[in-house]
Amino acid sequence: MSGESVKSNRLKKVLAVSSGGGHWIELMRIVPAFEGCRVTYVTVETSYRSQVEGARFRVVLDATRWNKVKLALMLLQMIWVLASERPDVVISTGAAPGYFAVRLGKMFGARTVWVDSMANIDELSSSGQRIGKHADLWLTQWEHLAEPNGPMYRGGVL
Amino acid sequence: MIFVTVGHQMAFDRLIRAVDQWAGERGRDDVIAQIGETEYQPKHLEFHEQLDPERFRALVAKADAVIAHAGTGTIFTALELGTPILVMPRRGDLMETRNDHQIATAKRFEALGKVDVAMDEVQLAERLDRLGDLETHEVISTNASAELIEALRGFIHGENEPK
Repeated sequence: MSGESVKSNRLKKVLAVSSGGGHWIELMRIVPAFEGCRVTYVTVETSYRSQVEGARFRVVLDATRWNKVKLALMLLQMIWVLASERPDVVISTGAAPGYFAVRLGKMFGARTVWVDSMANIDELSSSGQRIGKHADLWLTQWEHLAEPNGPMYRGGVL
Repeated sequence: MIFVTVGHQMAFDRLIRAVDQWAGERGRDDVIAQIGETEYQPKHLEFHEQLDPERFRALVAKADAVIAHAGTGTIFTALELGTPILVMPRRGDLMETRNDHQIATAKRFEALGKVDVAMDEVQLAERLDRLGDLETHEVISTNASAELIEALRGFIHGENEPK
């Protein structure tokens, strides 16, 4: 494709997605991995903006799988985010917004990463279990949860 | 000052009631709490429904101790700022969260020597009377492990180079 050579000369576009609370704090702990990239953060709280000053920042509805209407609206928002950002890489620490972002990221041609939250010690999160075949890099933060066919363990946010 | 927090997602009245009762009995007037969206009104605590991240971090930094649910966000913040933390895990059977994952979190971080744990309100009241004994833990970096950062960096840059 003729666009490829142009694409390779610019900064990698990373879409970093998480819901609020611990998921966001875990995402903040992997920020150094995005050095040298053009990052857009997507989360559910406008007040988080000041923590990523200088980066692009977008907010979607704080929907969980327990509220289907809100979830559908958030899905529409996320489609718009993916369509307008066109990231090279989508990375998420959970939960519902990250699940949608990774699924949609694949459809939009991005490479995708799921880092399951460190809070999931006995088993993967429900999003984390379902996202497996859609994430190019599927990680757990607990060695004992790693499996030969994924998820893999590559260290944790601690 | 003691800072009590239930995290971003939902209220945790069992924790707030227990600390409120303790503060009343002991005459403490230096307890600040973030309580989430709830009808319960603490009588002896200065309370806020939610706090923005800067205010939250500032209170964790200033507090002599943090009392919290066993959420990883709160635990990481306390560890990054070097504030001793006592957690009481939410229980799945009481619908305080979706399952018992906080009990697992509490036990793991306790085994790592990072947090102190009260499994219920009775233990919590006991521990609150000896808050001075809370373990001071090593301050952790604000970044994930080098292994994870490198794995992610490698993935972002490595496999997508022009052929």
